[in-house]
Amino acid sequence: MKELLANPVLVKEIKLRFRNMKSFTGLFFYLLIMGIFVFGFINLTSSISGSGFFRPEESFMLFSMLSYIQLGLILFITPGLTAGSVSSEREKQTLNILLTTAQSSFQIIFGKLLSSIAFLLLLLVSGLPIYSMVFLYGGVSPSQIAIIFLFYFLTLLVIGGLGVMYSTLTRRTIVSMIVTYGTMIFLTAVTGFFLILSVSLSSAAMGTGVSPLSYFWASINPAVVLLTLLEPGFNDEVGQMTGIPLPLWVSYTIFYMLIFVGSIWLSVSKLRVNMNKYR
Amino acid sequence: MIEIKGLTKKYGSFYALKDLNLTIEEGTVFGFVGANGAGKSTTFSILATLLQPTSGEAWINGISISQSPHEVRKQIGYMPDFFGVYDQLKTDEYLDFYGASYGLDAQQRAVLIPKLLDLVNLSNKRNDYVDLLSRGMKQRLCLARALIHDPKVLILDEPASGLDPRARVEMREILRELKAMGKTILISSHILPELAEMCDTLGVIDSGELIAHGSVQSIQEKLQSEKVISVKLTGSFADAVRFFENDPLVSQITEIRERGILQFLYKGTEEDQLALLRKAITVGMPVLAFSEEETDLEDVFMEITKGAGTL
Ligand SMILES: Nc1ncnc2c1ncn2[C@@H]1O[C@H](COP(=O)(O)OP(=O)(O)OP(=O)(O)O)[C@@H](O)[C@H]1O
Ligand SMILES: [Mg+2]
Repeated sequence: MKELLANPVLVKEIKLRFRNMKSFTGLFFYLLIMGIFVFGFINLTSSISGSGFFRPEESFMLFSMLSYIQLGLILFITPGLTAGSVSSEREKQTLNILLTTAQSSFQIIFGKLLSSIAFLLLLLVSGLPIYSMVFLYGGVSPSQIAIIFLFYFLTLLVIGGLGVMYSTLTRRTIVSMIVTYGTMIFLTAVTGFFLILSVSLSSAAMGTGVSPLSYFWASINPAVVLLTLLEPGFNDEVGQMTGIPLPLWVSYTIFYMLIFVGSIWLSVSKLRVNMNKYR
Repeated sequence: MIEIKGLTKKYGSFYALKDLNLTIEEGTVFGFVGANGAGKSTTFSILATLLQPTSGEAWINGISISQSPHEVRKQIGYMPDFFGVYDQLKTDEYLDFYGASYGLDAQQRAVLIPKLLDLVNLSNKRNDYVDLLSRGMKQRLCLARALIHDPKVLILDEPASGLDPRARVEMREILRELKAMGKTILISSHILPELAEMCDTLGVIDSGELIAHGSVQSIQEKLQSEKVISVKLTGSFADAVRFFENDPLVSQITEIRERGILQFLYKGTEEDQLALLRKAITVGMPVLAFSEEETDLEDVFMEITKGAGTL
């Protein structure tokens, strides 16, 4: 572990990131958005209910919305942090020198990915005090928060891995950005659209049964999976409708881990040219 | 020691490098000269494990570039022709990063960095941001960077380009020091005289092919077999041109009317040359002077590359 963290690329990138004002403005706006939302919600609900109180059910609703906002922010920020990691070095003509050093391709890719992940984790952790507001009002268990944070971690790892991969494969950062955001939109909006499509098609055709394809679309959509984490009962419904009893998060974890491993493998093997013509 | 066997790089049907064979002895300085697009950077990139050759093989200190590129990287210090630096990184941090990239621990780096900065005369820029350094300073810093893991072989692609005359001299001084340290150095340039001074052997490359290779002296002698002769005449140029054209050893006759002379390339020996002059006088050529032009390395280069380019 110490070996991994003593990664020169990681150390340098973190140093540069915190020397850059952009990181702090990013952090500031992240917390600002979360903060505005929480206080706005609390004020609004307590004034609508007129009681001046904030009930546990409302607290849970706040928690759910907060979780979605944070998911949205992660999905939006991760591509921006990772999609330029390798291609920007190529554009700045620093990559050649980096590639002639004794660092392994894995070390370089790992350092690039981890430095972005570290910043995202900082965002998540710095948002925790806002979450604790929810605790104050009850309705949510700490274990639920832990599970949702693990879910965030997996999601940002995968989007980050894809960003680094596209950045390694494409020559230009702008292309890599577009493709990474495109993939992110595919995983959220397009799968969501297909899910709705396949559910409504099958219910129109057969009345009750929902095709297993819907299960697939649902299981790779982070928004739907987050829903089953917030409302575990939803898993049973999905199981009954599609006939697949596996909770969505299990399929999600498997599918996303595969994407992650695949993208890291591809990045590592494509970072440098293959000097051996016969292999 | 560097051994290159049949190294070839093709882009489509275009040969950027064609069947390069070279051996560079340990501790010597090899100069690689060629015009733009000749294939110098291509060769160096392949040796630096950045470019896959189409065919052929090279060994650096006996290590194959295709079989163990990772080991090769530890042996070489590479300086590309074009390179960038990271923003917001200070000079010593820049070197520190690359030191760590070669697995040097913090203590080793702390000792090495001041020494290297001193070697390239950048000690006073230690706390400056690298992206704000001048071009020449960046160049020297990049050289220091290439030295950080004490490589046995240095591959320097036009290290002196963009430097002012003074900085060029300084760069040459540094390279001389490195040579004295026993490093094997490969260096490329467009400018032959610049290299001739400090190189043990030279290679001239043109359109991807090595067209001359050997000691500086032997390259110079290559021209001696084809010298430039000037003939000063009083009479008709047309007659003289016709006369010299008939000699098979003469080529590329040019008239320089303002100086009243005729110049041509001559391949023959000194006896042939004598016979030619005697014959010219016998047939009544109005020869005022018949002399060999002083040639320098620059002309050698122009001459060698011109011939190959038209083949
Ligand atoms: N990716 C590529 N695709 C096609 N042709 C290429 C590519 N890279 C280089 N070439 C060609 O290979 C040839 C050799 O280029 P190289 O950079 O080795 O020349 P050079 O000797 O370093 O020239 P210079 O003195 O200008 O640096 C050039 O004709 C160039 O156009
Ligand atoms: Mg070049």
